[in-house]
Amino acid sequence: MSTAAAEDPGWLRIHPRTVLVTALVTAGVAAGAAVPAVVALSGRFGYPLAIGWALAGAVLLIGGAAAGDYVRWRRTRYRVGAGQFDLRTGLLLAKRRSLARERIRSVDLTAHPLLRVLGLVTVRIGTGEHTGGESTLELDPVSRAEGERLRRELLDRTAVEAPGTHREGELAALDPRWIRYAPVSFVAPMLGGAAVGGVLQISEWAGAQGEVIAWVTDRFRDTPLLWTITALAVVALAAGIVGALGLWVEMWWNYRLEREPGGTLRVRRGLFTSRSLSVEERRLRGVDLVEPLGVRLFGAARVDAITTGLAKDEQAQGADHDTLLPVVPRPLADTIAAEVLREPAAPTGAPLTAHPRSARGRRLRRALAAVLLPVLAMALLGALLTPVLLWTALVCAVVFLPLAVLSAVDAYRSLGHTVSGDYLVTRSGSLRRSTAALQRTGVIGWTVKQSRFQRRAGLLSVTATTAAGGGAYTAYDTDASEGLAFAAEAVPGLMEPFLERS
Amino acid sequence: MTKGEGTIRLRPPRNRLDPRAAGWWRTQWLLLTAAPVAVLGLAGAFIAPARTWLLASAAGLAAAGLLCAVLLPLWWFRTHRWEVTDDAVYVRTGFFLQEWRIAPMSRIQTVDTVRGPLEQLFGLATVTVTTASAKGAVRIEGLAHGVAAELAERLTRITQGTPGDAT
Repeated sequence: MSTAAAEDPGWLRIHPRTVLVTALVTAGVAAGAAVPAVVALSGRFGYPLAIGWALAGAVLLIGGAAAGDYVRWRRTRYRVGAGQFDLRTGLLLAKRRSLARERIRSVDLTAHPLLRVLGLVTVRIGTGEHTGGESTLELDPVSRAEGERLRRELLDRTAVEAPGTHREGELAALDPRWIRYAPVSFVAPMLGGAAVGGVLQISEWAGAQGEVIAWVTDRFRDTPLLWTITALAVVALAAGIVGALGLWVEMWWNYRLEREPGGTLRVRRGLFTSRSLSVEERRLRGVDLVEPLGVRLFGAARVDAITTGLAKDEQAQGADHDTLLPVVPRPLADTIAAEVLREPAAPTGAPLTAHPRSARGRRLRRALAAVLLPVLAMALLGALLTPVLLWTALVCAVVFLPLAVLSAVDAYRSLGHTVSGDYLVTRSGSLRRSTAALQRTGVIGWTVKQSRFQRRAGLLSVTATTAAGGGAYTAYDTDASEGLAFAAEAVPGLMEPFLERS
Repeated sequence: MTKGEGTIRLRPPRNRLDPRAAGWWRTQWLLLTAAPVAVLGLAGAFIAPARTWLLASAAGLAAAGLLCAVLLPLWWFRTHRWEVTDDAVYVRTGFFLQEWRIAPMSRIQTVDTVRGPLEQLFGLATVTVTTASAKGAVRIEGLAHGVAAELAERLTRITQGTPGDAT
């Protein structure tokens, strides 16, 4: 348990087991480094001496790291005051940082497997300031009970009960059937590629890359090239799918989305590394229903939070940091979105205003240009230099033209926007279709863009800027008049004085 | 169309920039072109085998830069406009890609006035208004010093009177 510091009441220490954690982690690193070192040194000194040297080095390394962490433990104190949260750190330079408690917007608890075994968690306290890098404080680590206490205490606001009958407690829990969407995400082919790359890389370290390639070519000696490629791709994809399933289990095991008293949403998940993310509802500005292409083909979607002040540091696991709900069937995603927003029906499911046909023309022209320009360049070179390029150009055109046209038409069909209740909704994207429902009160400005081409086609793009999430949500290529009417309706009074109606 | 009434357009903001802005943009274009043209020209003077190519590209670049320096400031000066009401800052920029930005007074977080070295020469300043959105900043370039100072002072006064953390 955290012990009160001697000099000052109220000041607490982080958990002393941190020294053990550091020592163990360093030991792992040292072991990883020692094996190749022993192999390399044994050639010159013989095994006993090499192992002796490696051991001595490891002991020095582990001892140094543990001592350093011990000093860090000694010098780190924190305090939950009436109005602020204080943290004192610093080995040589004493550093003291305070956060006003009302500005604390998120408290995340994470624990990697080692921390979990030892009953510890890392607490990350975020204010969500966009300016400067020092917007989060980290307590690494404290005991699990202390972490829970901090989370409750720091996010405990005098509960302003929002009107509406929306329930507290569990909003969603993991359904193991959701795993069927894991293989169709973009993760699978990426992991497949990474697996192939990994095999080649490791074999290169072992000096056996040539042998691996020879072994593979040997297997396929009598098979035509096309089949070889297909078979290898299938193997890589299978590896990717296995990886995607594993990753999904690691990320989403024990998933629960809860609403806690006092208006906080909390996501808990993770098999080995358990993560806990808390978002104050008063910082929530909307939700983003994301449908990557593969997932969308199977009628599923995931829900991200649009919120001000999520911890935005590099350690956070990037893309999934603001995800409220993993990929689930679309109707369920809409239900949970409504539940999260305390709305009777999800604004993300509202019927959208389609964009004019000329927006489709723009997408088609862009897609054709993206395919035809390289193809023409290739054909030109082919005509001048070698006929092989001519054939390549032909194949490229045949393969990519239909794909480009399909994706352009799909991108056009994805476009839409509307005002639904207290939310403005914009949708766009083909590979990653995103339907963002943003609170109208969360809009803090407008940007309207119109290129010469858009002007000729009677289109423009309307962007609502906001302090939350991506910072801006755009309705691309709306009808010129209708898009402005949409913006004027979404936030009454802001754009109106600058409009001319005729 | 939701309203079913005639067309709606954004009207141009009321104020033009200082006329010296055209000269400032022109100088920027000339300086921007002069550097690579000089490098190419020098290279052409010393490297005999590639002389024709180097000098030709230098000439092409110089012509393009001159064209930009002559035409763009004329067009920009016509399209760049700004306006500050009691409720919002409203700016229009761009010629090929026209852009209108509106930031409400109640959401403004900072007001910065910047005078670059070149702007100093022309007696101009840039006022940047930021909101809590990473993508919502509004810049008014090419204001006369006096106008910029007065504008910044007015914006600061209005925004200070508005409570809340502007998110």
